[in-house]
Amino acid sequence: MPTVGVKRDLLFKALGRSYTDEEFDELCFEFGLELDEITSEKEIISREQGDTKASGASDVILYKIDVPANRYDLLCLEGLVRGLQVFKNKCNRYQCDLPVDPMFAALHSPQTEAVRPHAVAAVLRNITFTQERYDSFIELQEKLHQNICRKRSLVAIGTHDLDTISGPFTYTAKRPGDISFKPLNQTKEYTATQLMSLYKTDSHLRHYLHIIEDKPLYPVIYDSNGVVLSMPPIINGDHSKISLKTKNVFIECTATDQTKAKTVLDMMVTMFSEYCAQPFTVEEAEVVYPDGKTCIYPELAYRKEKLSGKFINQKVGINESTEKIAHLLTRMCLLSQATGAGDEIEVEIPPTRSDIIHACDIMEDAAIAYGFNNITRTTPRTYTVANQFPLNKLTELLRQDLAAAGFTEALNFALVARTTLLPGLLKTIAANRKMPLPLKLFEISDVVLKDETKDVGARNSRRFCAVYYNKSPGFEVIHGLLDRTMQLLEVKPARGEGYHIQTADDSTFFPGRCADIFVRGKNVGRLGVLHPDVINRFELTMPCSALEMDIEPFL
Amino acid sequence: PTAYCLASVSLYSMADTGVLETLLQRVEKVDDGVDSLAVATSLGVDHQVIVGAVKSLQALGDVISAELRSSKHWELTEEGTEIAEQGSHESRVFSCIPQEGLAQSELMKLPFGKIGFSKAMSSKWIRVDKAHEGGPRIFRTVESIDDQVREKLLLVQKGHSTQLEEKEKNELKKRKLLSEVTVKSYWITKGNSFSTTITKQETELTPEMIASGNWKEKKFKPYNFEAMGVAPDCGHLHPLMKVRTQFRQIFLEMGFTEMPTNNFIESSFWNFDSLFQPQQHPARDQHDTFFLSDPAHAHEFPQDYLERVKKVHSEGGYGSQGYKYDWKIEEAQKNILRTHTTAVSARMLYKLAQQKFTPVKYFSIDRVFRNETLDATHLAEFHQIEGVVADYGLTLGDLMGVLHQFFTKLGITKLRFKPAYNPYTEPSMEVFSYHEGLKKWVEVGNSGVFRPEMLLPMGLPEDVSVIAWGLSLERPTMIKYGINNIRELVGHKVNLQMVYDSPICRLDS
Repeated sequence: MPTVGVKRDLLFKALGRSYTDEEFDELCFEFGLELDEITSEKEIISREQGDTKASGASDVILYKIDVPANRYDLLCLEGLVRGLQVFKNKCNRYQCDLPVDPMFAALHSPQTEAVRPHAVAAVLRNITFTQERYDSFIELQEKLHQNICRKRSLVAIGTHDLDTISGPFTYTAKRPGDISFKPLNQTKEYTATQLMSLYKTDSHLRHYLHIIEDKPLYPVIYDSNGVVLSMPPIINGDHSKISLKTKNVFIECTATDQTKAKTVLDMMVTMFSEYCAQPFTVEEAEVVYPDGKTCIYPELAYRKEKLSGKFINQKVGINESTEKIAHLLTRMCLLSQATGAGDEIEVEIPPTRSDIIHACDIMEDAAIAYGFNNITRTTPRTYTVANQFPLNKLTELLRQDLAAAGFTEALNFALVARTTLLPGLLKTIAANRKMPLPLKLFEISDVVLKDETKDVGARNSRRFCAVYYNKSPGFEVIHGLLDRTMQLLEVKPARGEGYHIQTADDSTFFPGRCADIFVRGKNVGRLGVLHPDVINRFELTMPCSALEMDIEPFL
Repeated sequence: PTAYCLASVSLYSMADTGVLETLLQRVEKVDDGVDSLAVATSLGVDHQVIVGAVKSLQALGDVISAELRSSKHWELTEEGTEIAEQGSHESRVFSCIPQEGLAQSELMKLPFGKIGFSKAMSSKWIRVDKAHEGGPRIFRTVESIDDQVREKLLLVQKGHSTQLEEKEKNELKKRKLLSEVTVKSYWITKGNSFSTTITKQETELTPEMIASGNWKEKKFKPYNFEAMGVAPDCGHLHPLMKVRTQFRQIFLEMGFTEMPTNNFIESSFWNFDSLFQPQQHPARDQHDTFFLSDPAHAHEFPQDYLERVKKVHSEGGYGSQGYKYDWKIEEAQKNILRTHTTAVSARMLYKLAQQKFTPVKYFSIDRVFRNETLDATHLAEFHQIEGVVADYGLTLGDLMGVLHQFFTKLGITKLRFKPAYNPYTEPSMEVFSYHEGLKKWVEVGNSGVFRPEMLLPMGLPEDVSVIAWGLSLERPTMIKYGINNIRELVGHKVNLQMVYDSPICRLDS
C-alpha cells in the first residue's frame, strides 16, 4: 500500500477547513484511507539519522496517508484533496486543448519495438509552479514509478521544460555507445555505456538499470536539434530539466504496457493541469508511429456506464432511491444522474478513475459514500450442512489421542516443502535440550512429494512422526506408540490383513534397529533407533528412537 | 511422605517427644500460658528447640494455641561476651603491667594492647615514660581500678539490662559490645483438644487400615494445602493447533464445510490468474512469492476455462473493461508455494460451477507462504483462516452480518469496516475490532465480495454472489497466549515448557 506524505496545513487549506487529528483519521477510515503517521521532516530525519542532522529541518506537520494500491489518483496532495472533497459535490472536468503548434509537440516513434515499444506525450501550457507544487509534481512521478509503473519497468515518465527544446521529437533506440549526453545533475557528457557503470553505485538509479542493461539498443528521445531529452527508463537529460520557473512542461511516458502508459499520462496531467493558466486543460501531443499511423494524447477518456438502482441496492443491501444513489456516486466524483428510464442511472467515469473497470467498482463507491458502517448487517439465509474434510477429521482425532498417550505436539515449518517430518522434530529437541528427559514429541503435518499425475506435478502427503529422546533408546516406547496408534485405527497385529513390522535397512537408523511398518501388506512407514551419526548431526547427545508413517491409507 | 507434610514436622521430628511432653506439662500448670523463650531459658535448651516443639504440636491439631509475639532486648555481641568473661581491654592492659613497668612495644604485641592502651591512658590508669632507657615504657599510675564496662556487660548478660541507663547502653552499643535484638517467641496456651500425652500420627490411609477399620482410632497428619501437587505425566497439544481446533469448531457450528487444502504447491493460474489478479501485479513478483524450480510448471488446466480467464484479463468481458494487457500462459504455468488458501477456494468454486448450482459455505485453515520481511510478527509461512459463502443475491450487508456472527464466536462484538483494495474482491473491507486493552481499533481480518471477472468465467450463474473473509491463525493465537515473538510459537525454536503450560483454548472467554 503506497504512503503519501502531505503537509497538514496545506491539505486543510486546500480542503477549505481544518480537522482535529481524530476527525481526519475518521474521515480517512470512512474513505478507505489510513492516517498512518503524524510527523514532521525534522522528526523523520531525527529518527533515521539522529538529532544532530535534524537540527534546522522543517517542523511543519506532515500527514503520512496510506492509499489503496489501485487509486493512482490519490498519490499526491492535489488528488487527495479532490478525492476527500466528497462533501462538496464538485467534480472537475478535464479537457484537452489543441496544440499551439501541432508539429512542435509531435513525437515520432521508430525502432523501439524490441526494447520499449510504446510512447505517449502531452503538454502542460502556462503552468505556475511554487516550491510546494513543484515538490508535489516530482513526488507524484516517483510514486507512480514505484506503483503502477512497477519500478519503471512498465512505464517511465520524463518531464521537460518545453521552452528549452524544440519539436518534433524522435523516440528511437540506439547502441549504448552511440548515445551521448549530459544527464540530469551532471556536469559533463557521458555515453550510455559509461552511464550504466556510473549508476551502478547510485542508490536510487541502480534499481532500474536491469530493465535495459542487456538489450543491444537503448531507448532515447531527441529533439529536432539532436538534444537528448531522456534515456528512458533510466535518466533525463540535464538540458531540458524543469525548474520553478518552467512555464511549459512536455511530458513523455515510454512503456512496455500501453494501457498503463496512457493511465500514467492521464494521472500526471489531470493532477497538475490545475495550475495551468486554463485550469484542468491539457495540450495534446501527437504520436506518429513508424507505419505512419498517428495517435493523439492524452486520451482523458470519459466513459459512461449505465446501471440500475436495483443493482446497487441489491449488491450493497440497502434500499435507496435512484436519485439518492446518483447523488452518492456524484459525491465520489463519479458524476451520475437518474436517466428517468425506470431506475436507470448513468454514471460518468473520469479519466482519473482507471480503477473502475466494472459495475461492481461503481457499486463499491456507492457503498463507501453510503458508509460501510451505516449498512444494516443481515444474516444470509443460506442453508447448508457442514462436512469436515475426512483427512483433517482423522488428523484431529488422532492428535487428541496421541497427546493422551503422553506425547507432546510440535509444529514445524513446511517452507522447504519437506519430504519428511523427522528433521523438524529433532531440531525441536535440539532447541529444548534443557528440558527434563524423556522428551516425547509428535507432529502430524503434510510433506510434499513429486507426483506426475497431479496438474502441478506434486502433491501433499499427510504424515505422522514421533520421537522418544532419553538416556536409553526406548525402542519399546516408540513401538508401543505404534501399537497404540494401530489400536486407535482399528488395525490388529497380524500379517496379511493386520499390521506388522519387519527388519529394514536405512542409514538414518542404527544397523539392526530399524523396521518397516506394514499395514494390510503395504509399507506405510518406518520406525527404529536413530543412527549415532544422525544424533550428532542434530547436536543431540542422547539415544533417540523415532517413527514416521503415512496416515492417508487409514482414511 | 507427600508434599503435603509440613516442613517443620519433618525437621523437628516427633522422636523428641520428651520436649513436647515437658512443654505440654508446663502449659498445663499455668492458667494463662507460657512464653516459649522463658521455657527455653528455664529448660536450658536453645529457643529453636521449643519453637520446633510448638510447630510439631500445632501440626497435631488443636492441642495448643500459640500466638507469635515479638520483644526487643539487649544482647552482648561476640566482643561484649569476651569482655564479660575476661574484662575490658583497658583492664587487661592494666593488669598485665607489673610494678617495674612494661615496654610499650611489648604491650602492643598483645591482642587487646592497642585499644586497651588508649582507653587506659584516657582513664589515667597508666602513663608512658618516653625517655626511658631501651624505649618507651608503660607504668601503672593507680593502685587498683574499677572495670565498669565489664560490670555493665555482666548485668546485661544476667538479664538485668533495665538497671542500666539508656545512655550507658547506647555507649556500649557504639563500642559494638551490645546490640539490641528483636526476639520472636510464642505465647503458648491450651488448645481445645489439649492433652499432655501425644498420640503418634499416621501419614496416609493404607489398605490395611481400610481392611481392619482401625483408621477410626488413628490420628492423621494434616495436609499442607499450600503445597503444589505432583504434575501428571502427560502429553500436550500445541497451542496454535488448539486454536485451530476452535476455529474449525466455530466454522462447523456455523454450517461451513471444510475445503481440501492439502496442496501447498499451486500453479500461478489458480493462485492468481483465476482470481483476476493481473500478471504484472507486485504480489506475483519474486520478492513476494516463492517460485518452484522443480516441478517448475503446472501442465494441466481446464482449457475452456483458461481461455475465458485469458480473455477477461486481456480484453475484458462479463461487463468488465479487463486489464488490457498481453496475458501469457507461461506466467500462469509457473508453480509456486501458494500465497493464500483462496487458490483452493477458486478451485472449489470452479468445481461448483460445473454442477447445477446449490448454495455453499466453505472454510479452510491451512499453511500459506509469502516471501516477507521477517520480524517478530511475520514469518515466511503462516496459517490462513478463510471463510466463503456462495448464494443467490448475497449483499455487502450479509457479509458484514456473517462476519459479526463469526467474530462474536471469538468474543469480539465491536466491529467496524474500512474500505480497502484487493484485486479479486469488490467491494473489499478490512475488519477492525475495538481492542479494550490498547484502547483503539485494530485490524482483525480482511473480507470482500469476489469480483464478477473471477466468478463468471468459472461459469457460476450471474445472480450468484460469493462473499469471503480471511485472517491469520497466528495473530489471534499470539494475543490469546500472550506471545510476543512468533518464533516462540511456530517452528523448532518453540519453548516446550510454553507448550506444556498453555491452557485450553476458549476463544470467547
